[in-house]
Amino acid sequence: MTGATLAAAAVRQRVHWTDRTAHVALGLLALALIAFLAGPLFAILAQSVESPKGAFVGLDNFFDYFGTPALANSLWNSVWVSLLVTAVVVPAAFAFAYAIARSCMPLKDLFRILAMTPLLAPSLLSAISFIYWFGNQGVLKAWMQALGFDQIYGAPGIVLSQIFSVFPHALLILVTALSLADARLYEAADALGTSAARKFFTITLPGAKYGLASAAMVSFTLVITDFGIPKVIGGNFNVLSTDVFKLVIGQQDFQKGAVVGIFLLAPALLTFVVDRFVQRKQTSMLGARAVPYSPKPSRGFDLAMTGYCTFVLLLMLAVLGMAIFASFVKFWPYDLSFSVRHYVLGLVDSEAGAAFRNSLTLALCTSIAGTAVVFGGAYLVEKTRGANWLRPGVQLLALLPMAVPGLVLGLGYIFFFNAPNNPLNFLYHSMAILVLCTIIHFYTTGHLTALTALKALDTEFESVSASLKVPYWKTFWRVTLPICTPALVDISRYFFINAMTTISAVVFLYSPDTLLISITILSLDEAGEPGAAAAMAVLIVAASLLASTIYLGIGRLVERRTQAWRTSK
Amino acid sequence: MAAGAGPFLKLEGIRKEFGAFTALRDIRLEVPQGEFVCFLGPSGCGKTTLLRIIAGLEQQSAGSIHQNGRDISALPPAQRDYGIVFQSYALFPNLSIYDNVAYGLVNRRAGRAAINARVSELLQLVGLRDEGAKYPAQLSGGQQQRVALARALATSPGLLLLDEPLSALDAIVRVHLRQEIRALQQRLGVTTIMVTHDQEEALSMADRIVVMNQGVIDQIGTPLEIYREPATPFVADFVGKVNMLQATVESPGCVRIGQRRFEGALCNGSTGRSVRAYLRPEDIVARPISDGDSNVIDSTIEKVEFLGSYCLVKVSAQGMEQTPLTVYLSLNFLSEQNLAAGSALKLRVLAERMRIFEA
Repeated sequence: MTGATLAAAAVRQRVHWTDRTAHVALGLLALALIAFLAGPLFAILAQSVESPKGAFVGLDNFFDYFGTPALANSLWNSVWVSLLVTAVVVPAAFAFAYAIARSCMPLKDLFRILAMTPLLAPSLLSAISFIYWFGNQGVLKAWMQALGFDQIYGAPGIVLSQIFSVFPHALLILVTALSLADARLYEAADALGTSAARKFFTITLPGAKYGLASAAMVSFTLVITDFGIPKVIGGNFNVLSTDVFKLVIGQQDFQKGAVVGIFLLAPALLTFVVDRFVQRKQTSMLGARAVPYSPKPSRGFDLAMTGYCTFVLLLMLAVLGMAIFASFVKFWPYDLSFSVRHYVLGLVDSEAGAAFRNSLTLALCTSIAGTAVVFGGAYLVEKTRGANWLRPGVQLLALLPMAVPGLVLGLGYIFFFNAPNNPLNFLYHSMAILVLCTIIHFYTTGHLTALTALKALDTEFESVSASLKVPYWKTFWRVTLPICTPALVDISRYFFINAMTTISAVVFLYSPDTLLISITILSLDEAGEPGAAAAMAVLIVAASLLASTIYLGIGRLVERRTQAWRTSK
Repeated sequence: MAAGAGPFLKLEGIRKEFGAFTALRDIRLEVPQGEFVCFLGPSGCGKTTLLRIIAGLEQQSAGSIHQNGRDISALPPAQRDYGIVFQSYALFPNLSIYDNVAYGLVNRRAGRAAINARVSELLQLVGLRDEGAKYPAQLSGGQQQRVALARALATSPGLLLLDEPLSALDAIVRVHLRQEIRALQQRLGVTTIMVTHDQEEALSMADRIVVMNQGVIDQIGTPLEIYREPATPFVADFVGKVNMLQATVESPGCVRIGQRRFEGALCNGSTGRSVRAYLRPEDIVARPISDGDSNVIDSTIEKVEFLGSYCLVKVSAQGMEQTPLTVYLSLNFLSEQNLAAGSALKLRVLAERMRIFEA
């Protein structure tokens, strides 16, 4: 062979067999994501343009939908309720986040942790609580009526409950956004003699604008796709999420259900796209040389902020406290003496005992299997070499679940796995499908946490290992995994708590044998046992709280055992 | 080809494209056994890419690599024979220094005692005998880089690759460590390639320097060759300080700069063409100058930049007012002669040292 032809020939590096194993694993992950995410989503799209017999009908189902005034009305209801909640939650959470990030309020960490407590409960806990406050036999029903609201059931109840349950989600985003401040900008403004108000409007607000946009989008999406709250407190006020349940489970009208599913998917997809864009902007705003901002004490301002945050927390306490109180009351509102009768009724007399065990099984399986899959997947995407054509696809599928509301995912699972010709049909109505669905539902947050942890590692670890002829899994086991254990604990906790509290996806998928505690709340409420429903919701909070504490302990232990090198200086 | 007969490492026609961008084109290089070679060039010249191609961490678009007579062009990193040290050290932070150095040994199923002995030997070699139990974060940057070196050498690779190993260190440690690495390399006789953008580092450490610019090799030579006889204007400009002068060839061996003629320059070819003459500051001398010397210019000092024992002096020469010259003068000379800005000064240009390039 002459030099010229040698130079012209393209060179292809041979793949080492150890790298080949990584490619196989990556391929399996891609297949799993296609089967359990892309497949179900595609099934929804397919159903929405098919007749019940499976013939292609174009957009007929959509025309049908808008031709039914009751259904079209729900779309409008969903939209305005979601907008209203967003308009209240974002400023309220912004003020709270501002107090945490930019004031010298005392006990900041405590305030922040307490404000997150709604995350430990299923969203419908707030709805149950508001019924006790303002419902037919509510304590403050008269106050509400004095304000001109006839009853809590319907839009007022949904709005109030959603504000409570969405607040911590918006707060998380805004605290992050407001914490990313460059002190030098404020120092420069001070040097120029800028007023506090002008600094707020020219530095603070523009700096947080992406966070605000993100918080607004997330709030809107959470509200419009939530199922538990409108089910419990919605009364005759129909929204998309309750419609989809009635259409699919009640009337077996899969086609219209699919249409509604697409309406629910649309804002979430939009949020997702905007959020990806926003995050890129947000991180690029703060250069490596920025100086972190630390607030200076200012008595009046700090006092006002403390007052506001206390007020918000008291409202939260009133919501959470009422649920706990009501769950221990003998016979609301006639006999308010202490009793555990609702817990007994729930756990012993109804199926909730088995359901509670199922929920724990689901949470445990999800937290273990989910963490393994998510972290392993993130590692394969980020740190292995070769098979580069696969990576972008896997990465996209890993991010997609964030854009898919639980309700839509559950709907997709019914369409996809219930199809008799699907070889995976045997999974239908099993515990396995609940675990798989929950892992996929909460995949993205875990994936991003894992990616962040992995990206913090030197990119050359793998190169060094290869040069020392050490296979990648050995380095994964000896170096990558030990360094990332705190992230693993975080991911596992996130899966556990969400598996305990979730309703939206699994409500379509449970069978009598795999009933979950969060779902029994709905059935107890429907059966006219609000006390028992409250008791079960409190039980979930208690389980989540206990799990959080255990995870905190595990985290401390793991940190001491695997992170000694961090503090050994 | 029998091992040892030809060059230890042989690159032929290496090309690398990233999309439409050509990062490397037609790289040819032969490195004999035991040589210390530096890839020198500005950032983005392709030197790190070339190193990573030799390591198998990047894949060349075309071309072949032979190491020790074996074609390694298509082999994955794990099947090549080299140790590598990165700018970031890339030490495993959760493993002790001992475990870091032993990392590649453990995999070879050597006995525990053998590993122990080898790790002790290496730690001794890099002067960290007693630090084995510590974690990387407990060591200074210079020490960490020594550990990385020990780890790379642990398996006795035939080739040592160093990717800007000193760039993350502060100036004093850097100067110290570069002599240490050089001494170690000579003691072990391991063929070594180091990537650097620091010309001083390359000049002081390398047997040969490969100067790269925009994806091609401009010159390969010993440090002295690179400095004294730069092959291209880029090399002359990039390595060391230089006066770049517009000149005209008057006759073979004679160039005119401004209104001045200089005899003895190494230039041939057609007369009357304009060229560029590159002249190092130290090739314009203030002493000794005798009466009969040629190429002596009368100049006026415009500016003195104090650098310590030497000063960078900017002068304006009679007949060459358009092109100010930079010369090095010792601090002692300046104070002996009582020279400052505005003083008159006689200088002799060593015209034979001029490098003439076509304009």
